[in-house]
Amino acid sequence: MQNLFFLPSHEWYDNDSGKVGISDYAQKELGDIVFVELPEVGDTLEKGEAFANVESVKAVSEIYSPVSGIVAEINEEILDNPALINEDAYNGGWLIRVKEAQGTEDLLTYEQYAATLK
Amino acid sequence: MKHTPFFEKMKADGAKMAEFAGYMLPMQFSNGIIAEHKAVRESVGLFDVSHMGEFIISGESARLTIQRLITNDISNMKNGQAKYTLMLNEKGGVVDDILVYRFNEQKYMLVVNAANREKDASWISSRLTGGASFEDISDQTALLALQGRKAIDIIKEFIPAQDIPPKSYTFTASELLGQKIILSRTGYTGEDGFEIYCGYDIAEKVYDLLKQKGLPYGMALCGLGARDTLRLEAGMPLYGHEMDEQTSAWEIGLDFFIKMDKDDFIGKAALEKTKPAYKRLGIKLTDRGIARQGALVYDGGGEQIGYVTSGTHSPTLGYPIAMIRVKKEFEGKELFVEVRNKKLRAEVCGLPFYKRNY
Repeated sequence: MQNLFFLPSHEWYDNDSGKVGISDYAQKELGDIVFVELPEVGDTLEKGEAFANVESVKAVSEIYSPVSGIVAEINEEILDNPALINEDAYNGGWLIRVKEAQGTEDLLTYEQYAATLK
Repeated sequence: MKHTPFFEKMKADGAKMAEFAGYMLPMQFSNGIIAEHKAVRESVGLFDVSHMGEFIISGESARLTIQRLITNDISNMKNGQAKYTLMLNEKGGVVDDILVYRFNEQKYMLVVNAANREKDASWISSRLTGGASFEDISDQTALLALQGRKAIDIIKEFIPAQDIPPKSYTFTASELLGQKIILSRTGYTGEDGFEIYCGYDIAEKVYDLLKQKGLPYGMALCGLGARDTLRLEAGMPLYGHEMDEQTSAWEIGLDFFIKMDKDDFIGKAALEKTKPAYKRLGIKLTDRGIARQGALVYDGGGEQIGYVTSGTHSPTLGYPIAMIRVKKEFEGKELFVEVRNKKLRAEVCGLPFYKRNY
């Protein structure tokens, strides 16, 4: 968890790999995820702006980018199997990989993020 | 916000609660909507649906009162039968869709949607014929739905054979834990199952009993989330989605429950004069995405022909499904549904999406 940094809106950014996902708490709150809409490789990301949609059985939720940058890769696997986000939010359930990331300074550590959930 | 008598126990059992029609009700339990949905399809699930409204209509003109209020014909109903019907306004729009239970010639129960309870109570009580009496027993009446092919096995564990309603849309008035209950072979999931009406005073004990008898059969505790996906797969309309006061009863695909050859009923005159402009269809999305209520529907040529009334991901089928309201003239198979500015490909398929095979 030491390389993960969070937005209070439950997205994480992995400082080593550049991957972005949603927290385990968020996947639990959303419930069974059945559809994910991702940006395309090469798209520009603005920190704090919606870049993806995650749909559970009940509702659709916007996912906000924890950093600014450019989409380097998307997780094709979750398009076919969105339940991966429920099963493994911090590893197999990643959404996109970002390059040229900026704006990581004020993200929360895991401990700080976990404290917001109490 | 109101609580049903199962609130505390279901919360302790892991219910995630949400507000619905003025009640805090379980939306889902910890295993999630898909697991609950599958439990009902494959074995059995238990739902708290105590928010539903129950009215008793009694007296010598009870039958006449109800006949005038509804589209279905209850003149040939037998004691212990239940019937689905619509209740219309003068314009032929739907005030509510309800279940009518006949205890005897002079006593009936109407089960109405929670969100419509107040409206229905004043609609009905101001239209009583010949001294029929009206009583709203919703606040004393708890309702659990036990749904799925194994529901019968659980019921057999604690209800004597002669008190078990033998087929769909029948019910019995019997006793449990020394109190009167109604055991009805009805539901809103497309499966065999039962609905158990009981007083608030024994509700918690009935819940404990059902858990004790049901858990060995793999019974899942289920919330309103699964109730919605189950009814949608079964092609069952939901008030406020597929029908409302503005939508003509001819346009919702429930003609079977409208008996134009019976005596006069409210809305009949309007129905005689109107032809449907829209129809209800089922579709499956062939593109990825989920079409929810309100999404616009286009034909192959790009003309907007209607909108989605209910939509979800079908846990049983594994793809997105929806019910749509489209212009009557539409005959094609290919459609497009607009979701977040994208037109997703869809095709018409028959309703229901799911039909049980036992």
